[in-house]
Amino acid sequence: MADKSSNAYWAANIRIVTLCLIIWAIVSFGFGILLRPLLAGISVGGTDLGFWFAQQGSILVFLALIFFYAWRMNRLDAEHGVDEE
Amino acid sequence: MDQFTLNLLFVGASFALYIGIAIWARAGSTSEFYAAGRGVHPVTNGMATAADWMSAASFISMAGLIAFTGYDNSSFLMGWTGGYVLLALLLAPYLRKFGKFTVPEFIGDRFYSPTARLVAVICLIVASVTYVIGQMTGVGVAFGRFLEVSNTTGLLIGACVVFAYAVFGGMKGVTYTQVAQYCVLILAYTIPAIFISLQLTGNPIPALGLFGDHAASGEPLLAKLDAIVTELGFAEYTAHHADTLNMVLFTLSLMIGTAGLPHVIMRFFTVPKVADARWSAGWALVFIALLYLTAPAVGAMARLNITDMMWPNGTEAEAVSLETIQTDPKYDWMATWEKTGLLGWEDKNGDGKIQYYNDQNAEMIAKAEANGWAGNELTNFNRDILVLANPEIANLPGWVIGLVAAGGLAAALSTAAGLLLAISSAVSHDLIKGQLAPNISEKGELLSARIAMAVAIVVATYLGLNPPGFAAQTVALAFGLAAASIFPALMMGIFSKRVNNTGAVAGMLVGLGVTLVYIFLHKGWFFVPGTNSFDDADPLLGTIKSTSFGSIGAVLNFATAIVVSRMTAEPPQEIQDLVESVRVPRGAGAAVDH
Repeated sequence: MADKSSNAYWAANIRIVTLCLIIWAIVSFGFGILLRPLLAGISVGGTDLGFWFAQQGSILVFLALIFFYAWRMNRLDAEHGVDEE
Repeated sequence: MDQFTLNLLFVGASFALYIGIAIWARAGSTSEFYAAGRGVHPVTNGMATAADWMSAASFISMAGLIAFTGYDNSSFLMGWTGGYVLLALLLAPYLRKFGKFTVPEFIGDRFYSPTARLVAVICLIVASVTYVIGQMTGVGVAFGRFLEVSNTTGLLIGACVVFAYAVFGGMKGVTYTQVAQYCVLILAYTIPAIFISLQLTGNPIPALGLFGDHAASGEPLLAKLDAIVTELGFAEYTAHHADTLNMVLFTLSLMIGTAGLPHVIMRFFTVPKVADARWSAGWALVFIALLYLTAPAVGAMARLNITDMMWPNGTEAEAVSLETIQTDPKYDWMATWEKTGLLGWEDKNGDGKIQYYNDQNAEMIAKAEANGWAGNELTNFNRDILVLANPEIANLPGWVIGLVAAGGLAAALSTAAGLLLAISSAVSHDLIKGQLAPNISEKGELLSARIAMAVAIVVATYLGLNPPGFAAQTVALAFGLAAASIFPALMMGIFSKRVNNTGAVAGMLVGLGVTLVYIFLHKGWFFVPGTNSFDDADPLLGTIKSTSFGSIGAVLNFATAIVVSRMTAEPPQEIQDLVESVRVPRGAGAAVDH
């Protein structure tokens, strides 16, 4: 495995991680806490969307993020030929 | 059959199941204890991780804290699940590739320093012991209730059981025992929640019922709850009242701490492949989410039920009478819980009724004066009893109550055993064998592990008698400590080639030291009550409570390590190569002992 390919693999990994962590922060700290006033107009079951994100939505998004990452990284491993034999 | 016998039966049967599985699994694989997770499917491993992870704090305590506070305690929900994203993306696959067995081992090798390993051992012990204190609080509540003794007696009995259990659990076959524990605890948590959701909303899925309509009034459940609690002068359930900065820091601290707790990280060292480490974290969160999506529904519905019981004809009519509490079988739970000393009421104005309201609220004070009330008469409602009392409050059949007792104990015991195992392996493997006496015999290593376990239990039990908070709050402190000390060192060890031995040691010491001092200043030195100089109601730094300080500690750890590393020599070439190799999955091979 050449050094160049290894650098490209790591850079691609960092990009995927960063993207996932941005979404992670937006749904929890964003929609769940700081941006809740902005979502106040959207009502969900007797309260607003921010409350839903804080108590359920963020957990569902976390799940999606981890499975997306696992799937995407396994593909990336194969593309760069660094997957386990 | 009376309730007491039924509880004993359920708890006894669940214990017999765990012990049976442990014996069966041990016969199958006597060879390797550390590699218990190897060859185990990611789904099974995820389930076992979930059992390890969900403790008395998640099972017994969390829904109660949400019930009495509402939206503001959403931090527990987001924090304790969001940490898995950090774990899956930033740590798990790389630590698996590294292929050793304990957290201090990774830190010692990556930072090529026995000192770093020693500091990591100290960080691990401080965070884990604090965590065990929280478990002991929960164990005390659970044993106190189902043996119908005081909380203190329950705690002491619980300590003996935990010790016996941990010594036993420190053997082979832990993974399958934990799978059984997960099944018991998730059934115990969701079955009563399904019953209650059906009663209140007609929806069998509690998570959907929470956002559904309240069957009796036709209004949305949460709107009904908001209305009824504000009528009694309490803060609106769904509204944001807490300080925003503190809430953000608290959530972040729980997230980072989740990814820094040794007993959970250890599970990812031993899955068969790097790819499995990634999937395992996802499956663990699936099984954790089953409880975490139910918890907010349990909290909200219990709050509604309790308020209804105290005001059976609505908040404008008469409160429940003392006579009803003593004679109506629906109120039997109040008498049984009073025995534990965790629930109390007092007819202050002598009108034969128990008025439950917020006596700190100005409007309610005026109303109370007009009605001749002399303060809130439901004088004590320990948050930690809510989940265990919930099926009794909702008048569910006796077997459900027994199941919940078994579930609460499964949660507390599995986590306590996992933590004690992490503590004892840190002491015997990393400290004594790794540093003090490399030539120690296997027998000596085992003995020192047992002694470390016993000492940890005695300390945690003693401190658990006067806990620094409800179970989940004490556990939150442990997360703060793990966040400030272990997580940054692990993450920098993987994502930076430049952070060196001096930097990592300085970072961990600063992170742990500052966080510990901040906690002790607010909770008392070594958690001894009365020795604190500040209070979380009015913290030292603005609005930042001691439970939230872990995120500040983590930032200090990162900053110190980076600055100190820049001022000192860069790590040798072979360490930089090690970091390179940890970053790619190929060549992971089997996890090796040494």
